[in-house]
Amino acid sequence: MSRNLARLHSSDEVSVTVLVSIGKHPVTGRLRRADQDARALEMALGLSDSEPRVIYAGPLNDSTEPALRGYLGMGVSELKVLRQSEQNDIVPALSGFLDNSPSSLILCGSRAELGESSGLVPYQLADALGYTLVSNVAVIEEVTATLAVVLQALPRGQRRRIEVVLPAILAVDTASPVARQVAYAKASRGFINCVVTDAAEDDATEQWHYQPARKRPKRLKIIKATSARDRFKAAAAKAEGTGGQVLTSVSAEEGAVAILKVLKEEGVLKT
Amino acid sequence: MNDIKRRDPRSEWILRNRLHPEHSTYALTHATGIMSEWIGPTGVKRKNPHLVGFIGPSGLRRIDRSGLQSSQQTSVKVQVDIDSRRFIQINAPSDYIVVVPELPGGRFSAQDKDLFGLAQQLASKHSETTAVLGVILSPLKDTALGEIGMDRVYFADASEFSDYDPEAHLQQLTAIEREFNPLYWLFPEQTSISADLGRRLSVKLKVRATSNVWQLDLDTLIATCRASGGTSDLYRPVSRVILALAECAEPVSDTRHEAKPIDQAINAVDVIKRIRNLGAVSVDPAKVALSEAEFILSGGKGIANWDAFHELARRLGATEGASRVAVDDGHMPRDRQVGATGTWVTARVYLAIGISGAIQHLQGIQACDKVIAINTDPGCDMIKRADLAVIVDSSELIQSMLDQLQQRQEEVQNVA
Repeated sequence: MSRNLARLHSSDEVSVTVLVSIGKHPVTGRLRRADQDARALEMALGLSDSEPRVIYAGPLNDSTEPALRGYLGMGVSELKVLRQSEQNDIVPALSGFLDNSPSSLILCGSRAELGESSGLVPYQLADALGYTLVSNVAVIEEVTATLAVVLQALPRGQRRRIEVVLPAILAVDTASPVARQVAYAKASRGFINCVVTDAAEDDATEQWHYQPARKRPKRLKIIKATSARDRFKAAAAKAEGTGGQVLTSVSAEEGAVAILKVLKEEGVLKT
Repeated sequence: MNDIKRRDPRSEWILRNRLHPEHSTYALTHATGIMSEWIGPTGVKRKNPHLVGFIGPSGLRRIDRSGLQSSQQTSVKVQVDIDSRRFIQINAPSDYIVVVPELPGGRFSAQDKDLFGLAQQLASKHSETTAVLGVILSPLKDTALGEIGMDRVYFADASEFSDYDPEAHLQQLTAIEREFNPLYWLFPEQTSISADLGRRLSVKLKVRATSNVWQLDLDTLIATCRASGGTSDLYRPVSRVILALAECAEPVSDTRHEAKPIDQAINAVDVIKRIRNLGAVSVDPAKVALSEAEFILSGGKGIANWDAFHELARRLGATEGASRVAVDDGHMPRDRQVGATGTWVTARVYLAIGISGAIQHLQGIQACDKVIAINTDPGCDMIKRADLAVIVDSSELIQSMLDQLQQRQEEVQNVA
């Protein structure tokens, strides 16, 4: 594929693991592969010719299996499942498994599409395993045996280059390249292998309850006027001067100096 | 009446004593010479209509209520208004609530201000001596810290670490945790630095962070969080680390706070860094979506030379935008149109050249922080909206800016 942005150095043995979860279509509510996790797998598939290890921790039943097969349909032959019930905390199971069979690069999505979707799992895993963590990864530029260079997605379409010491967990952002389509034949051919792990009950969730998302109330414009005149002015407000500086009868040079000075102060001028 | 001037020692004493309850009334009288309005004993503003206004041509007294009266009087009034905001001072705080603002571009975002509002609400619910501590990790341009709602402020020594240094920042926060043991930690959610730090801290403190909070019931302390990727609401008891979305609470507006810097030294432990920031990567500004561009150079009907405009955008590193007229005339593509009928932009700096500012265009740039306008018409709406306006011919100014940018570049090259 043409979007293989970074290749592993052929002599280096960097094992790549991708953690995946079940996603949910935001409109139809149908279970599917999670968008960010699929992007993470896409990134891993672009890294090397050898196949990444794909791990899923969570419930496995008739409704979740087709969604999981979406990942197999991207071109991996095997998916490891750490089978857990819905009430279980998946972090102990994942950290236990990854402790026994470590991997120097772990990729995953930033936020799950089901459950709490707090985005804490990569952080908890990094803490439990002692790995370095980088969030909002958009592109992996280079991977060597000990280092990875990645681009981090910032707001406003900006990017930041970061060098991170392996082993590391990279949480992939929505700004990364879109995942490839699912091939149905590959999806049905792939293997789903269950691995026996410990299950830990998540106690904190006992007091929680979920409801369909309520529309957030629109913030009202609060007018703190003390007199009738102020209230009238606020109600009949028109675009009015905000007390900006107006430079009249200046030459073009002076105007340009003033503008460049403001741009420099605001930090948008790089030179 | 005799015309001997007599001193009034009592009023002089009240004028000297700023804590006297009648001080503001006497100050007004003193400043204007006549006592036209004063604050009555119940706190209601009283006015003497015989002393305000002027005698009109018909010989009747007219009172102009449009606010266009003498400037001296209004300036005194403004001072009294500012003082009406309650000033809150906490001398020996018993507890702390810590807020770590994101500070995009060195300024407080609206979300940061909402967070301080939430922190003040939590603080006043807890006790009177609970202080809100703002932790400033990056260089700050804003100065009005007390108005945002900080009782205490801690400035980390920003020279020691770069703008993205989560490991060093985390050490700072854990040092603050050790020193102050705050009741709550508040971080803005879905930001690039603070949200990441909040999650790192929560894991370090072994606290399960309450993430994506958009509402908090102060009586029951039950938080409403957006869960399941935004499709459901999760109601849960709030934990010590709160990651809150924008508009989670009203910002502080009717109180002023002390914003006293913390002078005691906070010693963060050094850490072996495994993440190295190699700096920002230059992104082609033309590829950035207009709605999320940080710096937009926008052109309208007043531009004669479009080649120079494109050249200026390239040199400045700005994303190009256009007004409706420029798009209709075929100078710019439709997807570059700014305004209610085009794209609603959120740029931090918006530089408008030759745009007079139709109402649709002004709606589209509502969210912009700094607007700079260049126009030949000093009366147009864009000039009224702009923070800096230059009344000059646009093609001359573009050429002049290009020359100066060229000059700067040459200077830099000569130094290097």
